[in-house]
Amino acid sequence: MPVSRPIGLWTVSDTRWVGSQIRDDDAALVDALRLVIDSKRVLVSAFEKALYAKDASSLSPSEPGVVVLPVSSDEVQAVVRIANHFGRAITPRGSGTGLAGGAVPLDAPVVIVTSKMNRVLDVDVDERTAWVEPGVLNLDLSKAVAHHGLHYAPDPSSQQVCSIGGNVATNAGGPHCLAHGVTSAHTIAVEVVLPDGSLCVLGTDDPGYDLRGIFVGSEGTMGIVTKVCVRLMVNPPAIRTLLADFTSIRDASAAVSAVIASGTLPAALEMMDANCIKAVEPWAKAGLPLDADAVLLIEIEGVPEGIEPSVAEIRDRCLSSGARTVRVASTAEERALLWKARKSAFGAIANIKPDYYLHDAVVPRSRLVEVMENVIEIARRHDIIVLNVFHAGDGNLHPLLVFDGREPGVLDRVHQAGEEIVRACVAAGGTLSGEHGIGLEKKDLLPLVMTDAELAHQVLVRTVFDPNGRCNPTKVLPAGASCGELRRVPDGAWV
Amino acid sequence: MEHAALVERVASASVRRFAAEVGTDGPVRVVGARTQWDIGRRADGQRADVRDLHAPDGVVDVQPSELIVRVGAGTPVAELDVALAEVGLQCPLDPPSSAATVGGVLSVGHSGVRRLRHGHVRDTVLEALYVSADGVLRRAGAPVVKNVTGFDLPRLLVGSIGTLGLVGEVVLRCGPIPAQRGWWQAPGVDPWAVRNAVFRPSSILWDGTTAWVQLEGSEAEVHAEVRSLPGERWESCAAPTLPPGRSSVGPAMVKRLRTEDPSVAIGTTWWMAEIGTGVVHGANLARPAVAPPILELNRRMKDAFDRSGRLNPGVLPW
Repeated sequence: MPVSRPIGLWTVSDTRWVGSQIRDDDAALVDALRLVIDSKRVLVSAFEKALYAKDASSLSPSEPGVVVLPVSSDEVQAVVRIANHFGRAITPRGSGTGLAGGAVPLDAPVVIVTSKMNRVLDVDVDERTAWVEPGVLNLDLSKAVAHHGLHYAPDPSSQQVCSIGGNVATNAGGPHCLAHGVTSAHTIAVEVVLPDGSLCVLGTDDPGYDLRGIFVGSEGTMGIVTKVCVRLMVNPPAIRTLLADFTSIRDASAAVSAVIASGTLPAALEMMDANCIKAVEPWAKAGLPLDADAVLLIEIEGVPEGIEPSVAEIRDRCLSSGARTVRVASTAEERALLWKARKSAFGAIANIKPDYYLHDAVVPRSRLVEVMENVIEIARRHDIIVLNVFHAGDGNLHPLLVFDGREPGVLDRVHQAGEEIVRACVAAGGTLSGEHGIGLEKKDLLPLVMTDAELAHQVLVRTVFDPNGRCNPTKVLPAGASCGELRRVPDGAWV
Repeated sequence: MEHAALVERVASASVRRFAAEVGTDGPVRVVGARTQWDIGRRADGQRADVRDLHAPDGVVDVQPSELIVRVGAGTPVAELDVALAEVGLQCPLDPPSSAATVGGVLSVGHSGVRRLRHGHVRDTVLEALYVSADGVLRRAGAPVVKNVTGFDLPRLLVGSIGTLGLVGEVVLRCGPIPAQRGWWQAPGVDPWAVRNAVFRPSSILWDGTTAWVQLEGSEAEVHAEVRSLPGERWESCAAPTLPPGRSSVGPAMVKRLRTEDPSVAIGTTWWMAEIGTGVVHGANLARPAVAPPILELNRRMKDAFDRSGRLNPGVLPW
């Protein structure tokens, strides 16, 4: 287990640069890169590089060696080959909204940012597929195909700013993945530049092993995505959004199991607890009951002729599990407001405390009752405020520990509480991450859920793609999992 | 060590026995019901001294409140279907032959015809207990519906035809059995128009003249979907008989069958295409070519997991 370390927050005083000037051996690298990429898209100044030094987690920043912003697969290929020539690691980066440190550039790598590759290349309306570049933003993709009556189903809360390439790298989820599956189920093919610089397309129906499937969620350790063929879904002809409110989080958790077992699988089934409601409602004004201990936000999709019986069934399940009221959004505006409240929950946290640490873990959904009680008890014991807003239908918890980093000793308590929560989830038969990934944050926790033999197979798969360990080498696997090739998490990182 | 308990805790006596049978040397393979036995089999590389094993048989645990089932890989799909139906659940593996085993279907990795609605068969596998070439029992995945903890090994195992590891037991995602499910057919209907007319069909098949659609849901939902089918000549029918053989030719090729001679385009006149998945059922269909870098990755993967080539010798999935 990792030793306790302080959190490195994103403040000037905490920033420890490896070096803010171009290192001598970088000069030749930069020259080579500028031969293949417009020099305006090769960033070398300390100021520019600082913009790419961290992701959306509270992990310590680390200065990139050089940052490049390619605009084509050819340019990505050229950059990877140049990095190989100079023996430098590469770190792929999308929008930088990751929460596990996957894009944090340890050891001054060449950071390849895909945000300028942001075109929707081809939409096949008959087949409901689209080829897009990795920098296309998740919500922009749905907007681009909305006039065809189609949308892209995985919808992380960061969907306004996160990129499809980043979604592929983390196998991202979102509320609507309950019925439709996570990113992997919506990724038909990926064009990738492999760590050796070769370009290939990995498809869902290729003969042979499911290389596409193993690549999705590999957090930039197996190559760089340069195009993605996504599956689009037809917009449902009828949608009902229900808000069930409960005076006890225990009842709300029990209602989740009752709904799952009901014979009608909702498209989304989300929970917000009392602390979350109190933070969100004054700002979102979505009509969330401020005296509730928890609410469930439940969405049902279908054809108009069949949807009302499903609504009635789920309403009954909630009421018999102890819901005080079940409200059905009557207009599109009301529905949009409820989702706004859910998806902007994290932004409202600043009303309580300036800092937060967002966890991600999964448990069997039938164990939610005991796990939720555990989470609340752990936070109480460490005197930390916890907000719970999460994908209850998937058993995917997101306990949000809220604190003020200026309070003496609070970081140790946050760390301790966080680790206890993860252990409680594993003890309940769950696992470390449902959608954020492992990155740097949880790599040293992998032995909680994998034997040494299982870790060795994780290393094998990565080595097949990247025999020389050049692609995002310090991520996902714990230090020491592979003959000392992998480096430890730096001091100050939150693990 | 607390972590060692995970695979230990879930592995039953029968799975441990299976691991012991695999052992650490000699060529070995798992035999299911031999319903898709020739897939991936090469003329060269066959070994007379290969040991045939059977994976553990039986439904271990159905959890209706979790919508999952733990089942031995050697269990016939028909037996799994019955156990799930008892509690109102289904797992649409839909093998070509009802005798097929769960492990056989997953090792071949071909989705059933309901893929259009239910997704690829590999997306149903949440956890797999497998024995590797070194005889060690390992767990891939976890019995939860969402998991990005490390690389996605369950997806690698599905479709690997027992060449990377021998799967003894799996946890599968299930769903509720709909109140109604059935097939309808009509001649002379554009199958893409069918797809656009109904919300979430289970499958749409097409042989160049007739279109078949499978619908499932509540009675009201299915009635509404049937009413919205394009054209007047729809009638309820039995499940169509698929031609033997299958290839993922891709949606573009399926579309070309609208105007091109199938005997030239795909090399057969008896075929049935799945609209929306790019799969065509028919004999002796050409397999898509494998690009050199992908071939290389496949070979390296096999070599990494099974350097001595003892797992299902003479079979390669590409």
